[in-house]
Amino acid sequence: MSVDEKAVRRAARLARLAVPEDRLAPLAAELSGILAWVEQLNELDTQNVEPMTSVRPMRLYRRADVVTDGFYAEDIVKNAPRSEDNFFVVPKVVE
Amino acid sequence: MSDLMKMTLAEAREGLRARRFSSAELAAASAAEIAKARPLNAFIVETPEIAAAMAAASDARLARGEGGALEGIPLGIKDLFCTKGIQTTAGSHILEGFKPVYESTVTQKLWDAGAVMMGKLNLDEFAMGSSNETSYFGPAVNPWRRGNDDAKLVPGGSSGGSAAAVAAELCFGATGTDTGGSIRQPAAVTCIAGIKPTYGRCSRWGIVAFASSLDQAGPMARTVKDCAILLREMAGFDPKDSTSVDLAVPDFEAACNAGVKGLRIGVPKEYRIDGVPAEIDALWEQGIAWLKEAGAEIVEVSLPHTKYALPAYYIVAPAEASSNLARYDGVKYGLRVENDDLTRMYEQTRAAGFGREVQRRILIGTYVLSAGYYDAYYLKAQKVRTLIAGDFKAAFEKCDALLTPASPSPAFGIGEKTNDPISMYLNDVYTVTVNLAGLPGIAVPAGISKDGLPLGLQLIGRAFDEETLFSAGSVLEKAAGFTGKPGRWWA
Repeated sequence: MSVDEKAVRRAARLARLAVPEDRLAPLAAELSGILAWVEQLNELDTQNVEPMTSVRPMRLYRRADVVTDGFYAEDIVKNAPRSEDNFFVVPKVVE
Repeated sequence: MSDLMKMTLAEAREGLRARRFSSAELAAASAAEIAKARPLNAFIVETPEIAAAMAAASDARLARGEGGALEGIPLGIKDLFCTKGIQTTAGSHILEGFKPVYESTVTQKLWDAGAVMMGKLNLDEFAMGSSNETSYFGPAVNPWRRGNDDAKLVPGGSSGGSAAAVAAELCFGATGTDTGGSIRQPAAVTCIAGIKPTYGRCSRWGIVAFASSLDQAGPMARTVKDCAILLREMAGFDPKDSTSVDLAVPDFEAACNAGVKGLRIGVPKEYRIDGVPAEIDALWEQGIAWLKEAGAEIVEVSLPHTKYALPAYYIVAPAEASSNLARYDGVKYGLRVENDDLTRMYEQTRAAGFGREVQRRILIGTYVLSAGYYDAYYLKAQKVRTLIAGDFKAAFEKCDALLTPASPSPAFGIGEKTNDPISMYLNDVYTVTVNLAGLPGIAVPAGISKDGLPLGLQLIGRAFDEETLFSAGSVLEKAAGFTGKPGRWWA
């Protein structure tokens, strides 16, 4: 599968990554190269193979559904580039 | 150089217990070596004051006849482990200045055992690399050189700072993490030991996530026994990581003396790869001979899907990374590039904060997970993982552990491979299968290349059978009898 500039622009948009116009073509070439290489997986017939969903066969650990943690909002926002009264501050998003 | 730093971790532990020297002396000697070794760029943050305070507390406990298994031992921490109040960057500009308000489970366990923190170690950005060259803070440098050639070589990656610091005797051990080979490959090219435990053996809580189904923490140290001592303290069930396993942690140190008599060691024929230097194959043959002499039975086994491991990895790892790295958005922590528009703020923050390799992987990951491509790539790769895990399962019916090379080449020069991502990815050709199958693997120093550089061998074990790796790894280490050390050109 060859990746074109349009596909790079689309992936960049989905990934919320600003990619300058002059980087689209080189990235398309790099991604095409890597995807062409991974396509050797198509040599394998995996029609009747289950995908791996758990690295080790195990049941997920469950805990009681009770509050065990919290009440330190100041810590939560401590590393925020901008915060006010223990809220994260972002640009206005409501029109 | 103070002779104190030449000891192994086990020797330092005995000396501290016998009160032949204090933890304060060890921490001061370690801090002095770290300061001298700044040309290696192994540390992103040095914490000598914290080390001095922790060492004083350790000395007080030792004086009372108390103390944990690592009481007073100076260690370095890969800068992927969150450390409370100490900058944790993952080698990325986007996390520069981030000071976690919590401590990772693995590092907390080390401190609870009495270990002393010397600082945070350099790594490839978000652990994405095999040479430490993608770090925002510049590459760590291998203490080893090609004879008298003063060209700077890579220490491997992603745990390159950890490998350089341990190999240069700046600390007695270090934490690493391994997603595709990031403990074993740097250990191999710097002449130290390193083990990636079974997936679930160590808690991932508080470790900056790269690819959650592959990531696993492990120790790096100058001897196999030192790794065993460290892993026992790092491992264990943690309710905060739903993939950590509730299993008793064995006495790995005792396993180091068990030998290999009667063990069946498998040699996978698919690991003979075209284009790999003859000296790698020769070392492998030597390793087979050593284990045979020590009483192991050698059996040839087949892992038929080996060649598909790297391509599968380069779907699974970027896919999971693209999801994990979505959290870096300029809102909660780290870098923010201001913009009146929220989406532009996200896009510009991430473009400014992530380096080139990380951006490349986020884009690949996003692409392979996007609508219309998920089945063709991610689902296909997860099916191939099942086949690879099945290969190992079949092989372990015939043998107890596998012996392979650890790295396809000795350390290469900084800048030699940066222009071709796929040739860089091939550094993990021997190690990545282990992550895909969730198995344990250990790298052990075993020989020297024609250029005078270290080469390592890898042992792969059954799930949760790290003990056999420590037994066989110790046999290889002893047979190799490797005593060479890098020249101290940096001091």
